[in-house]
Amino acid sequence: MTDLSEITASDTTEVPLTTKADWSSDQAVRWCPGCGDYSILTAVQMMMPDLGVRRENTVFISGIGCAARFPYYMNTYGMHSIHGRSPAIASGLAIARPDLDVWVVGGDGDMLSIGGNHLIHALRRNVNIKILLFNNQIYGLTKGQYSPTSEPGKVTKSSPFGSLDQPFNPISVALGAEASFVARTHDMDRKHMQATFARAHAHDGAALVEVFQNCNVFNDGAFDAITKKANRDDMLIDLRHGEPIRFGAELERGVMLDDAGSAVLVDVADVGADKLLVHDEQQPDPSVAFALSRLASTPSEPTPLGVFRAVDRDEYTAASEAQVDAAKQQQGPGDLNALLHSLPTWEV
Amino acid sequence: MTDTLEPVGAAKDIDQVIVRFAGDSGDGMQLTGDRFTSASALFGNDLATLPDFPAEIRAPQGTLAGVSAFQVQISNHEITTPGDAPNVLVAMNPAALKSDVGRLEVGGTIIVNVDAFEERNLTKAGYIDNPLEDGSLAAFTVIEVQMTTLTKEVAKDLGVKPRDAERSKNFFALGLLSWMYSRPLDPTLEWIDAKFGGREAIVAANKAAFHAGHAYGETAELSEHHYQVRPATLEKGTYTSINGNTALSWGLVAAAHQASTPLFLGSYPITPASDILHELSKHKNFDVRTFQAEDEIAAVGAALGASYGGHIGITTTSGPGVALKGETIGLAISLELPLVVIDIQRGGPSTGLPTKTEASDLMMAMYGRHGEAPMPIVAAYNPSQCFFAAIEAVRIAVKYRTPVMLLSDGYLANGSAPWKIPDVSTLPEIPVHYATEPNQTNEDGEGVFWPYLRDENLVRPWAIPGTPDLMHRIGGLEKEDGTGNVSYSPENHELMTDIRQARIDKIADDIPLAELVGDADASICVLGWGSTWGAITGATRRLRSAGHKLAHIHLTHLNPFPPNLGELLGGFDTVICPELNLGQLSRLVRAEYLVDVKSITKMMGQPYTAGELESAFLDALNG
Ligand code: SF4
Repeated sequence: MTDLSEITASDTTEVPLTTKADWSSDQAVRWCPGCGDYSILTAVQMMMPDLGVRRENTVFISGIGCAARFPYYMNTYGMHSIHGRSPAIASGLAIARPDLDVWVVGGDGDMLSIGGNHLIHALRRNVNIKILLFNNQIYGLTKGQYSPTSEPGKVTKSSPFGSLDQPFNPISVALGAEASFVARTHDMDRKHMQATFARAHAHDGAALVEVFQNCNVFNDGAFDAITKKANRDDMLIDLRHGEPIRFGAELERGVMLDDAGSAVLVDVADVGADKLLVHDEQQPDPSVAFALSRLASTPSEPTPLGVFRAVDRDEYTAASEAQVDAAKQQQGPGDLNALLHSLPTWEV
Repeated sequence: MTDTLEPVGAAKDIDQVIVRFAGDSGDGMQLTGDRFTSASALFGNDLATLPDFPAEIRAPQGTLAGVSAFQVQISNHEITTPGDAPNVLVAMNPAALKSDVGRLEVGGTIIVNVDAFEERNLTKAGYIDNPLEDGSLAAFTVIEVQMTTLTKEVAKDLGVKPRDAERSKNFFALGLLSWMYSRPLDPTLEWIDAKFGGREAIVAANKAAFHAGHAYGETAELSEHHYQVRPATLEKGTYTSINGNTALSWGLVAAAHQASTPLFLGSYPITPASDILHELSKHKNFDVRTFQAEDEIAAVGAALGASYGGHIGITTTSGPGVALKGETIGLAISLELPLVVIDIQRGGPSTGLPTKTEASDLMMAMYGRHGEAPMPIVAAYNPSQCFFAAIEAVRIAVKYRTPVMLLSDGYLANGSAPWKIPDVSTLPEIPVHYATEPNQTNEDGEGVFWPYLRDENLVRPWAIPGTPDLMHRIGGLEKEDGTGNVSYSPENHELMTDIRQARIDKIADDIPLAELVGDADASICVLGWGSTWGAITGATRRLRSAGHKLAHIHLTHLNPFPPNLGELLGGFDTVICPELNLGQLSRLVRAEYLVDVKSITKMMGQPYTAGELESAFLDALNG
């Protein structure tokens, strides 16, 4: 019989060096050829050896959808669960087992539609899980209905006259839930993905990373206007902590806050470089990060990328452990016989 | 411990009494009943209680909808129910009298707070004439007491506001009843100190009201209402008075303790299950983690996540919550991980009767999932036995790597009874085995891990994250037997479906045989499950002591059934099955054994009384 504590005890031997191959499972990958999910998978598999963690201590949990097949392809522990519930299942696992690295992978339908409730609650609690939200703005696995991130008026099989829904902006949602780490990256830039995922991993608390992901079958080119190499300079705004927010081939454009507190795009030449907003991902108040998230409502406008917010806040699983430890210290380890005699008793 | 108000004078000996405290939701009737019960338990009586309260925290004051009642039977011998018709009704206002007088035995005693019988309250209760004056209570002995006035009177110099003073009137009622039935006073006085300690004026007012009620009995010529219910001769041991939800919570703690494995409760508050969450959240020093989730689905999801991580995952809820958890339970069945789902049943469908009891979730427990998704079902049958039912549910879940449904109900959850505290060394061990080694060899001769390779019980290994070399992926998609790889093969799906069923069926070899209580040579057998145990036991005892032959089988395992059940039932001409539903067990038993079970049903949000079943069984006996 093996005690749980033997498995959770931290292994003090050196973490073995690994390569991408060590993190890849033997299962054939079954996404459509050309799907953006492939490059995200590669980015994750390539990043893992750099994190200095053990495969057996790494778990990927997913819900349902194309993205949710992700765990099958990682040579780690993994669970492909049910639609929308992965943040809840992952929360339970992370609270029970703070010794593990728990990742959650899901699409925009999984995370923001059927699972929206679990997502926001996991974020507000700040459970130590790393959520990768593959946003392709469409339902892929059910073959092409509009999703909660599809643009208004989108014509799909279930909206032949155009979708009536106002979409969610995942970054705004996460910031509204006061997530302690919120970032965005895209499937055309492996380096940026790896750097962003690694930042999420290093963060102590819940992390949400939105990944713009192309579904080349049902929503091809949804992000072309911003992520195509030729468009990137003008359309992607790289957020760097402590630096003024600038973009454009010559860094000729920038972001500033107007009098109402909204983030607005400006020409640096017009306003002067000192008027530009200096990005502070550690600001406790999420308002400015929220303003940044509102800069682009569809991926056809200049869109911020990178870490919107990374703040220190009590992490849930550690707090939960602390309560258990404190109870053991104050009351001593559980004495079953004493518990059964803890209400008034009498002798017969 | 002596008290100057220790009863004096001759109290008539009686074998048992059934008291019902009824008042407005704000009158503290649950507390009053609880205190009367505790004092009686410590005194050594056997007892059983029936709290009966509305769903609203404060329903409109003075109305019938707002009546909250607490019934308790205390006795000098072993009993199994809170009694049929109360002998005494304490009615704190007209609404309480109106709603509960019909339950009282003919010739019974009514004690009313006459101060509350003024026009407004009478109107609110729907009385046109004052029942205390119109002769409508002629069949009863009515004792009118100015409880509000007398309470205010004794509290007036104690520094409490008049409104607060009035709120002590339930202690006046408790004092009076304590005198009538010669209850010890110290337990209540000590409880008041502990409960209201620090608020001295309130302590003083409650104690004064309690003493005043007691003195009122002594001095107000109520001597013909002075009784004594001597301690019951119960089996030797240390006893405590416990309700079902507390016993169930302790059972979960005990099970985890016996498994040397941490317990994880994922729960969302719901009546009447929330008290289990409250109780378990106090016991973190037992390596218990409680997680109040954002909803029922997250609650079971988190519990399943914890089970995946090697904890004993538990989720507690009531019927509406089970409906929401169905998909996740299906996932747990597919993943073959331990999980205990606890359903404290209440009146349904929909919101139904949240605070009233019913046992109508058996079919949902059995079949309430899509696909062929069998899971074991364990049912508790009395408050203290909830302790053992919880241990049994965890044992099955852990040993057979399956979600288990544990059924209790609102009546067991809130009802209490004396419990002989078990010797913890007699509790079963629950061995937990996590896989640590590869269990298969690949073509290259290397050890590999197959998550769905099974043992002789068809149980797959529990390989938890953190275990080197056993990394694997599981999921809700159908998987190949053995390797666990996703498989859409028709033959494999049929095989896996059969295995999932066979795995649960096999548990029948590992549960207690059904036991027959009463006359094996009777022609009629009563088949029951759950909280009907008390009433069935009471009714069969009465009929058997009157010379009738009757057998009783009470099921604690409803899926799979005990292996000898079919044979046992086949030995009787007639099988009757009383249930608080429209015949759910009856249908399962008919389908399984082709036995023509006669169903008796009740859907009133109330448990059966022994009397109701006695007459139903008598009808059957008289053919
Ligand atoms: S449907 Fe779209 S998202 Fe799904 S695998 Fe194919 S390309 Fe990728």
